[in-house]
This record gives sequence, structure tokens and C-alpha cells, in this order.
Amino acid sequence: MQANLKVKRHDPETMRPGDSSWDDFELELHPQSTVLDALIHVREEVDPTLALRCACRASICGSCGMRVNGEAKLVCKTRLAEVVSEDGPVVIEPMGNQPVIKDLVVSLDPFFDKVRQVDAYLQPESEPDSGEFIASNDSMVNLLTAMNCIMCGACVSDCTVLEVDSQFIGPAALAKAWRFVEDPRDDVRSERLRELNDQDGGIWDCTRCFKCVEVCPKDVAPMQRIMELREAAIEDGNRNTPGYRHTNSFSKSVRKHGRLDETRLAVESAGLMNVPRLIDLAEIGLRSVLKGKLPPLRPHKAVGHEKIKGLFDDSERESGR
Amino acid sequence: MKFAFYPGCVARGAGPELFDSAVAVMDRLGIEWVEMKGAACTGAGVLQEKDQKLGDTLNIRTLAMAEKMGLPILTICSTCQGVLSQADYRVRRDPEYLKELNAKIADEGLSYSAQTTVKHLLWVLIEDVGIERLKETFVKELAGVNFAPFYGCYIVRPSDALMFDEHPERQDSLETVIEAVGANVTDFPGKTACCGFPILFINQRNSLRMVSNHTGTARDLGADAMVTPCPLCHLNLDGYQPKARRQNRRDKADLPIIHLPQMLGLAMGIDGKQLGLGKHIVQTKDITRRIKAIPSAR
Repeated sequence: MQANLKVKRHDPETMRPGDSSWDDFELELHPQSTVLDALIHVREEVDPTLALRCACRASICGSCGMRVNGEAKLVCKTRLAEVVSEDGPVVIEPMGNQPVIKDLVVSLDPFFDKVRQVDAYLQPESEPDSGEFIASNDSMVNLLTAMNCIMCGACVSDCTVLEVDSQFIGPAALAKAWRFVEDPRDDVRSERLRELNDQDGGIWDCTRCFKCVEVCPKDVAPMQRIMELREAAIEDGNRNTPGYRHTNSFSKSVRKHGRLDETRLAVESAGLMNVPRLIDLAEIGLRSVLKGKLPPLRPHKAVGHEKIKGLFDDSERESGR
Repeated sequence: MKFAFYPGCVARGAGPELFDSAVAVMDRLGIEWVEMKGAACTGAGVLQEKDQKLGDTLNIRTLAMAEKMGLPILTICSTCQGVLSQADYRVRRDPEYLKELNAKIADEGLSYSAQTTVKHLLWVLIEDVGIERLKETFVKELAGVNFAPFYGCYIVRPSDALMFDEHPERQDSLETVIEAVGANVTDFPGKTACCGFPILFINQRNSLRMVSNHTGTARDLGADAMVTPCPLCHLNLDGYQPKARRQNRRDKADLPIIHLPQMLGLAMGIDGKQLGLGKHIVQTKDITRRIKAIPSAR
């Protein structure tokens, strides 16, 4: 098959950090070829200076994460046929949100710094009575999603929060943190949850945009793990964040009216004692009033909303909350 | 063509212009609708942080209500679309789970048998109305106007729940509709990214950086306005854009943010007032003025 590649290049010896250029390659390849096959073909037959990283070629090692047509992928797992189109060439770039070393190779230092930040190792309080710590199969099955992570960095590459805030711990490290929070052999669960809840860049900074879920080649679904961390942090008594107040206010509003009360949500998320934030909201609110679009002061309600309240009651009874 | 209409909380609250413009446009298209006044909020993914099963119960209840009405659901909110689709996707793959949730809504005489569908107006335009019939309702061609598309996360991800494999046309549906009104698409990388609204009340600095990045990039690429099928994106991109511009020291003028039905309404020649174009924080006059100047297509 014919494939046209457009590859982003960066040469650290001749370019400043952040600068780049594009090279086009026209290739004739076997129809079953992967994007990695194509890049290796370029390096071996066309341009030996092309830098790329790969090892296992079987989506196990996690070395070959790159952006293909704007989305992070393992290129060894991506067939050319899936990404070629008549509209233009296959665009290949290094992963996002990570510093480029050369061409398609990014530095994984920030990635592993974040993983270290969440203390990604078991911390039991005491030694086992004999031999090793034993965990039941049942208790570990739940962890398989996060344990499938091969640390390729695809989720970090496309995370919409890391794009604006490098302090965010990020999807990969938070999924890793969840794996230890839920491990029955760990004894510092509460401490972990408190730290993940309290710190800047912690669990409440995720926007729930599903990018990491979409691009993860191993179905780790990091965002879902972050949501589970939020639920666990709340249950463990961490209720001091705007994130908790936001979730709680949302839930109270739907319980009471069947619908969302936006005004109340804004005020309660800010916190009733947070004067600067409330003044800020008043300003936005006033501007909306002037445009004739403030939410009704009396919240809109779903017809028969007491039935909805009943479902909330059922759920609370069931979970014993 | 008749639908159970699920406008979502924002169209019925902080974004009344979305409701008004959607209704005006649906009437022109001959879409009949019955508003689902008893349906609950989808939970928007927020309720699901605390209790996914409860969120799914509320959404299965909404789906069951539509099924009882014998109608597919039409929504005008990307977030509602996504959250309803995700709940639907989970129960369709797990009949036991569906049974469990159905038991919770049985006393209302409701039961969901996974027979109905949920479709955003954006998809209805392409899949039910059809682009050719849609074009027949236009009296103005918005040639020369540059619209940057902004989807809203939940109408593009997770792609399996949104059935992109069966409906590949959904992936660039917004561009298709922008082209149908005769306008130009200003393609930009942020079009499927997060607008920042979900963290507006949690980490405003980051949220406003997103607003500023998206609107600024679209402006730089030549957009005259941004069009979105998501009222939550609209709230943030429109309502907080002036503040985002100040925070991020951007000196470019603010970019008007238009709801999808407003763009259609302009092409249909519906009055800007009826479309609620005066209710935006960022003024839309530049756009409406340019469109007024366009001679009618027929």
C-alpha cells in the first residue's frame, strides 16, 4: 500500500527547544504494516537521522508512544490502514505535554517524577507473620485495570489539564496511586487519600474529559480511577475542598428538585465564607442579569421530582451512607 | 419526525437562549417534540463521581420514560448526550445490571428494555433530517463567515458509548453542518478538547487558561465566531471569556460563541432576537451584522 507520512522533526543540536520542522515521506509498504514499520523503514532506507524509540514491537514495553493524526497511540499497535486517509498524509508527532529530546523521542523524566510523587510502592505497617504478604484473588481482580498500565505516557500526552498546568499529577500517576489505595496489603490508605485530596494538582483538578480513557492502549481508563479516588477520598472524610462542595451541592440540588440549580451550585462550590470568590460570582451574575439570562431565582424543578428524591433515598439506604 | 425532547438543565436555566433558538429551529425543520418535564438531570458526570449507580438509575428512568412515550430522545446538550449514552451503553452490555436498575423504577410503572435512542440535534440534522433537506430551510448563505467548531467532550468521547464505529459521520458532524450553512470551517486542534467548565468552580485558573487558549487560537486562525452544541462549553467560553482574557493577558478582542441552533437559525433567516443572540456576554453583533448584509439565497 502507499502511505504518505508527515513527520515532525526536532534537532537539539541546531534548533532551540520548542522549534520544529516537518519532513514528508512517500512510502510503498505491505498492507499489514504498522505505523512503526513505516517509521523504521524511513530510518533504515531513507533517512538514518530520524530518531524514534521502540523495543518490543508488540505493545508490551510502552516505548513507542507518539501522536498520530493528533492522537496519542502506540505506533506498534496502530496499523497504517487504520490511519491513512484520502484527505492528507498521516501526521506523526512526538507525544504532547512532555519535553522533546529529538524528533519523535520525548523525555520520560517528568512522567516518572509524577509516579514517584505518589509513592508507588506498598507501605505495610508491619512484617508478615511468616513468608510473604498474601492477597486473595478477589481482592486483586479489581486492581487489574490499573495494573495493566505499561507506562507509555499516552494518557499524559493528551491530558487536557496538563496542557495548561504542569503541576497536575496527571492520569498515569493518579491511576497508579489508585492501585495502591485499593491494595489490601497497604496500610497508609487514609494518608494517601488525604494527600491526593489536599494537594494542588491532585484528584480534583481532573476535568473528566475522557481523553485519557480514549487514548490508553491498555484500557486502564485513568479517569475512571481518578473518579474512584474522589469517591474514596469523600468516604474517608475529606470534605474540605471546592471539589467536594461542588459534587455535594450538585447532588443536593438534583435530589431536591430533580434538576441542577446553577446559582446554588456556583455559590456553594465557592464556599459561603469565601468572600473574594463570591464577589467574583456576583460580578458575573450581574453581567448575566443585564443580558437577561440569569437562572431563575426559584430553581426549575422536574415534574414529579419527589420520585427522584426517592431514588436518592434508596441509594443512601443501600450504601448505608 | 417526532422526539421526546430533553433540553437539559442549562437550556432551562442559565442558557434560555439555547432553548428558544432550538425550538424555533425545530419548528422550521418540521421536527415535532414533547418536552420531558419529569426527567431528572443526567448528573453531568458530577453525580457519578459520588455514586455511578444512582446516576445510571436516573438516566435509565429517563430512557424508560421515552420508551413509554414511544419516542426517541432528542437533546441539545453535548454533556446530556454523553452521560445518557454512557448509562445506556453500560446497561446494554450488562442485562443483570439493567434488571437491577429497572427494579428501582418499577413503582413508577417504568421499565427500560434498551429499545430507544438518544440523539443530539447535531446528529438528528444529519441522520434524520438529512443535509439536503436541512439546506432547503436556509434562506441566507453564510458564505465568508468563519466558524470554529467546538464540540464539548461528551459528544466525542468515549467513542464506543457514542457508537462512532456504526456512525463514523458523527466524528465530524459539526464541520458538516457548518459547511451546510455555507460558512467556512476554521479547523483548530482544541475543537475536541475540554472547555474548562467542569473545573470552573474548583480550579478557576486552569479553567480560564483553557478558555483563553481555545478562543485565542481560534481567533488567531481567523475564526469570526465559535459554534458549539454544548451549553456548558457555552457558559464557560462565553461567560468567562472576558475574565480569561484579562487573566491570561491576551490583547485580542473576545470571540463570539454561538449555540448550534443559533447558527442554523441565522441561516434560516430567523430574527436574532428570537434566537437570543443579545443574551450573550461576548457581543454577537459583528456576526449578525455581516449576515444581515448577505442577500437572501432565494
